[in-house]
Parts: sequence; C-alpha cells; structure tokens
Amino acid sequence: MRPDPASATEPRAAASASYQLNVVQEVLLALLASEPAHGYQLQARLQLALGPLADALNGGHVYVTLSRLEKAGLVVAGEIHRSDRPNRKVYELTAAGRERVLAWLEDVSWPKPAPAEFHLKMVAAAAAGLADPVRLVGLQRHQLLSGLREAQRAVLAEPEGSVAGLLLEGVVLRLQADLRWLEQCARFWDARKGR
Amino acid sequence: MMGANASVLSARELCKDYGKGSALVHAVAGISLDVAAGESVAIVGPSGCGKSTLLYLLGGLERPSAGTICLAGRQLERLPETGLARLRRESVGFVFQAFHLVDELTAHENIELPALLAGSSPRGARRRAHELLEQVGLADRGSHLPSALSGGERQRVAIARALVDEPLVVLADEPTGNLDSGATTEVLRLFDQLHANGQTLVVVTHDERIAATADRLISMRDGAFVDETRLVGGSPRSLSAMVGLER
Repeated sequence: MRPDPASATEPRAAASASYQLNVVQEVLLALLASEPAHGYQLQARLQLALGPLADALNGGHVYVTLSRLEKAGLVVAGEIHRSDRPNRKVYELTAAGRERVLAWLEDVSWPKPAPAEFHLKMVAAAAAGLADPVRLVGLQRHQLLSGLREAQRAVLAEPEGSVAGLLLEGVVLRLQADLRWLEQCARFWDARKGR
Repeated sequence: MMGANASVLSARELCKDYGKGSALVHAVAGISLDVAAGESVAIVGPSGCGKSTLLYLLGGLERPSAGTICLAGRQLERLPETGLARLRRESVGFVFQAFHLVDELTAHENIELPALLAGSSPRGARRRAHELLEQVGLADRGSHLPSALSGGERQRVAIARALVDEPLVVLADEPTGNLDSGATTEVLRLFDQLHANGQTLVVVTHDERIAATADRLISMRDGAFVDETRLVGGSPRSLSAMVGLER
C-alpha cells in the first residue's frame, strides 16, 4: 500500500487506511467487459463477488484506477448529462482494454503464499540460536488458526450457494494446507532439538 | 476461572496402557481435563497420539488403567458395567467418524432407537426423532435408509441420534473425517448451533476447521497434552490479506 502522508499524523486514520483494499486494474477492466458501467455499479459488482470481504474496499481507489485506465486508453468515459443532478461518467472497455482482460484471464501466475520466508526464518533462528523454531511455529500456528476461525465464521454466515462463500472456502482450504505444513515444521524442528 | 463444580466432565491423571513388557504402549499418559457446561473443546493431534482413546475413556467406552473420571457427578471408574452403560446412555451422545448407523433402519428409526432403549414411549421417541430430523435439516429424509443418504446426511442423522436423549455432553471422534468440504461445512454449522444452544461438546479431530471453531483448543502428542489455547477471531484485515486483496 502507498503511504498516505495526510493521514500519517493521525494514527487512527492511518490504521483504518491500511485495512482498505486496492483492486488491481485488470479486475476493474474485467468487470466492465460485460457492459459499460458507472463507478458505483462497479463497486456494487465487487461487493457481490466478495461478500463480507468487500467491507474493506477502498471506494476512492476505484475512481483513481478508472481515471488511470482512461489515460492509458484501456477505457473510454462518456458523460451522461442530467438536468437535476451532477453529470455521471459511464466507463466502457476499449479494444485495447478487452485485449488486456483476455491476457489477464489466461495469466497463470498465482498469489504467492509465505512459506519461503517463514522457512528461512526458522533455519536462521535455529542456526544462530536466536529463538526456538518450535516456539516460532507455535506462534505462527496460533495466528493462522485465528485467521481460520474468522474465515470459518464468515463461511457459516454466508447463505447456501453464495458466490462470496466460494472465495471464503478457498481461504479455508489454503489455511488448512498451511496449518498442515506447520505441523510438519513442528515435528521436524522438534526432532532436531534433541541432537 | 470456572470452579470445579461447574465442570460437567473432569478427569485426573488419566492413563491407559495397552500391551505388556517391551510392547507396552502408554496411549494416554497422565491427562487431566475439566470441561465446563456449555463449553466446546477440540483436542487435536497426529493419528496415534491417543486422542480417540482419551475420548473413549471420557465417555466410559473404555476403562482407564489409572486415574479418575467424573461425569455428571459420578465417578466412572467405580461404576459396575451395568451402571456405566446406563450413565453412557443417559449422559453421553457419541458421534463417530464412520457414522455407525444401523443399515437396516431408516434415518428416523436410527434416531428413535436410543430413546426407546432409554425407556421413552414409542410416541415420545417418534416425536423427538421428528424434531431432531428437522433440526439437522433432514425432515424430508426420515424414511430413507442410510445407504440412500450422502455422507454428510448420514453424519447429521448420527448427530441427531446422539442428541435424542438430551445428553449432558456430546463426544465426537473425527466427525468430519469421512466428509468432503461441503459436508464438513454442514456438520460445522450444526455444531455451531448446538454450541449456541448450550450443548457441551468435546471433539477429537485432525480437521483444523473444527479445531479453529472450538472455545478451547488442546494439542496432544504421545498421550499427553502439549499445548492449550483459547482462540479469538482474526481481524477482517487478515482475511482480506489472505485472499490476496491486500499487498
């Protein structure tokens, strides 16, 4: 996240700013692919897809990103004139924008989980005798279990067939995998202790 | 802190050995535990750590080699076999990984059976089974044999059966061990409801999802407790980061 100098003086504002989500440009482009939309319609589409996770959505960021996309020629904005209210901007995908969306959909890079850094942390801790790796595993496990608890609660709160529930299910399965790996870590470092 | 008298289930220095001489195995090696009324406790650990044996000791399905267990104010280790069977029937509801339903009986009859064995009138048992089928979301499946139900549905029937005599405590052994992710969610939803209604629940599991939703999480290794923790939920921020919505 980009640091916001204006909010740096006010700790609470800074803390809440760090909760806000940024949305990658391609996501907004893809959400425009079905039909042109206003900024607030895009936000509504994001909210539907993300469910409870959309609470941290940074509304302002959607508009900033849209104007960047406009400058880059990936969307065009048309003004709708309205007599009683301020004009409204409707964004539409350009041919270049559509191409970018298609490339993004085919891209197989995957958000990176954290094991390498954690692994190196344990290796270094054990080598230097700085900390007990088993204790570090325990701390990490507690943290992930708290996350799993939160995710599991969110899953149970979603109605059956909810699209956001599918995303939460992904979080749950991933955390389960991470927790299983931590179990392996605990066993490995525990066995090394005796040596 | 809970006072000792608020516990519905407590164990002191519980041990269970199998085998003899050089083949002696300490499956449970000196465990003490207090479970408060309305509490949900998850006991996790690798397979072979003794967690299922512990559960069977707590529910009076097996007798300890040493130590004491107090359930519903009775000392389990002092009860004769008949008294133990009665206490199990009246105070404990068991849920197993492999469901253990009677294949020849319908879902409804499976749920009724323990009530009839405990001396309920046929009418009372029928009514209670009907209520429970509704509670577990299977009101339209009562006349099905277990073979006609999915794994998740069978486990919900088994949970309903465990509840039919209004047990003091429900003991579950890997209740989601045979279930896929969707069916696991159904079972978790049901446990969540039970917990909200004040049911005391002890679950042994290696399913992190159950572990994460319990009030208290106990880790077990080589027959002993190695860690105990009370989890509080993570922040919404950690969830957002986990789905890749934040960098």
